[in-house]
Amino acid sequence: MRGGLSKTVAVLGAAGLLAVSACGNSDDGGGGGDAAATKDVTVFTWWADGGEKAGLDGMVSVFNTECKDYKFVNSAVAGGAGSNAKQVLANDLAAGKPPSTFQAHAGAELSDYINAGQVDDVSGLYKEFGLDKAFPQNLIDNLTVDGKIYSIPANVHRANVTWTNPTVLKKAGLDATKAPASVDAWMADMDKLKAAGVKAPLAISKGFAQEMLVEVVLLAELGPDKFTNLWKGESWDGADVTAALEKYKKLLTYTNADREAIDWPDALQYLNKGQAGYFVMGDWVAAQQLADKVPDTAYTYWPSPGTAGNFQYLSDSFTLPTDGQNPDGAKCWLKVTGSAEGQKAFNTKKGSIPARSDAQPADYPKYQQSAMADWKKDKIVPSCAHGAACTLGQNNNILSAISQFSGSQNVAQLQKALGDAMKKS
Amino acid sequence: MHGRIRTWGPGALVLLPTVLLLGYFVYGLIAWSFNTSLTDRHTARRGPADYVGFENYVNLFGEDRFLNSLKNLGVLTVAFIVGTLIFGLLWALLLEKGVTGEGIFRSIFLFPMAISMIASGVVWSWLLNPSQGDEARGLNRLFSIVGLNFLENAWWTAGSRWTTMLSIALPAIWQLSGYIMALFLAGFRGIPPELREAARVDGASEFKLYRHVLFPQLSPIALSALIILGHMSLKLFDLIYAITGPNQFRTEVPAIYMWNTLLSNDQAKAAGIAIVLLAVVAVLVIPYVAYTVRQESNE
Repeated sequence: MRGGLSKTVAVLGAAGLLAVSACGNSDDGGGGGDAAATKDVTVFTWWADGGEKAGLDGMVSVFNTECKDYKFVNSAVAGGAGSNAKQVLANDLAAGKPPSTFQAHAGAELSDYINAGQVDDVSGLYKEFGLDKAFPQNLIDNLTVDGKIYSIPANVHRANVTWTNPTVLKKAGLDATKAPASVDAWMADMDKLKAAGVKAPLAISKGFAQEMLVEVVLLAELGPDKFTNLWKGESWDGADVTAALEKYKKLLTYTNADREAIDWPDALQYLNKGQAGYFVMGDWVAAQQLADKVPDTAYTYWPSPGTAGNFQYLSDSFTLPTDGQNPDGAKCWLKVTGSAEGQKAFNTKKGSIPARSDAQPADYPKYQQSAMADWKKDKIVPSCAHGAACTLGQNNNILSAISQFSGSQNVAQLQKALGDAMKKS
Repeated sequence: MHGRIRTWGPGALVLLPTVLLLGYFVYGLIAWSFNTSLTDRHTARRGPADYVGFENYVNLFGEDRFLNSLKNLGVLTVAFIVGTLIFGLLWALLLEKGVTGEGIFRSIFLFPMAISMIASGVVWSWLLNPSQGDEARGLNRLFSIVGLNFLENAWWTAGSRWTTMLSIALPAIWQLSGYIMALFLAGFRGIPPELREAARVDGASEFKLYRHVLFPQLSPIALSALIILGHMSLKLFDLIYAITGPNQFRTEVPAIYMWNTLLSNDQAKAAGIAIVLLAVVAVLVIPYVAYTVRQESNE
């Protein structure tokens, strides 16, 4: 064991550094605690760059005029689509040093925080700010847990969108502007594409992209009510679920072989380069295409086949942490979050649509205008992959089951695993 | 009395910080994790939690996902240890024979170890792309360029547990073989030349020289190598995470499962996985430590 001591010291040194850096972080999050701290509103997000950062900046400028008494303190943690941030946030919350307000996906993903007693009921604020009138009733129903609401949504994204490449579809004589009426009709179109030499008509990537495809197939085959209830404890054992999962299995035969090895921007490139005709992904694709300067003539989009009339939503929202720093300042931030002006400043830059139904479509780019029209008239259903319908733990188990299925192709096993995942909280 | 303190006092004083730090940060926190694993702390809620005995462990061992991760780990460890020892020994033998430019080869073989696993993992995730035929990328592309198309395969994304975990072991073997080579090479160099000469004078063939004279002298090194590789493999996280991402059933090992579980705030279950992992590593390391201590006290 010679040399063990120096190794130990090195390891302990590293551990010490980690501890110090963790402390530094909590201090940033928790405010200094001196007189000036009462004015600070620390806002915790994972919006650190790109359109997200621009959106946050937009909301901050509204905050600075609306809430002159308070000072915005940015406490964003970059990287990993929020997974790094959730770690830091969990540490701060466990240490009893919550920020003034933090970002979380609206819906079931909040239940981890609710069960842990870390967030307060804000339904009083909905009345105070008039949000119970401004948001669609459908959305408020989705957000309500046992008669209480725990967050205020800043935006809405749509998950059940299929993106197409019209040039590829033309090879098989298909009209890219019209969605197939059902999953079966969609697969018939993909057979035509295969016959026309497109090897993998449906682009897909690993992890949550496959989960989203499972969800749109379930939504199309079972309808919105049954679909929503599956996430609320209804049994997954039915023959209708089996039939839908069999269709998902068949859909996978139209996808690229390297689906387990690539991320969604790579899959989007398969579509843009003409290797694939279809791609199922949330509407952040529109912002990505804008950023990549792909002209909007090079792609079309429609609700995934069989799901027209349903708006599968996910939403970033802000909370009021229990015993947070400066609750009055946090309430002012939440007021801005829910206000027409704040949502406009945020969403025109982030590429999402406002949760309020009274927003002006003319302020937004082309895709968002169509999404806003649908948001008003469609039935609103939640998305599991993005936290509206599932907790983090449930989502982990579902992702694991879907990755297992990608290799095993065993429908019965997948169905049982999905049901088991939703039984656990 | 004073005299006695003078003998052990300074030594104890020097050791004290280490003992305190180790006691708290290693053993104290192990005890804390074990304690958590016996409770029903399945959320991030603070305050007291109820003790549920070994329920978390019973649940873990009744769960497909956890058993799958243990089996994956077993296969990975065997593949990784065997592969690394074979390549390490092979390279050591080649260099030991005295090639020209030995220093260059030694550096080339050792370099992969200098790369952090998370970085090499990202590159290997590109190299191990499962596309084949016209769309082949990464290593499959290389195979098709040099005309070895029959070698193209789906790597870790399809096939049995063995093919899956062998594909994951491949980058780890690439990364650590150079280190094992260095260990063996040092071992060869430590053997006095007189022994070889004596064996040759007695008419031993080259094979017999290695089999009966040189290899027996390397067995302590082989044992150390085995332990080092074994415990590295059991704790392997970053490489697998970088190649396959989170919640990937096919390649999940307990370390990754623990991380996923902790991220979803199930603290008791995550602590349970950590303790099982610790027990598995301990089964490997404790006999080795006991053996080393006995060896040293014999000397």
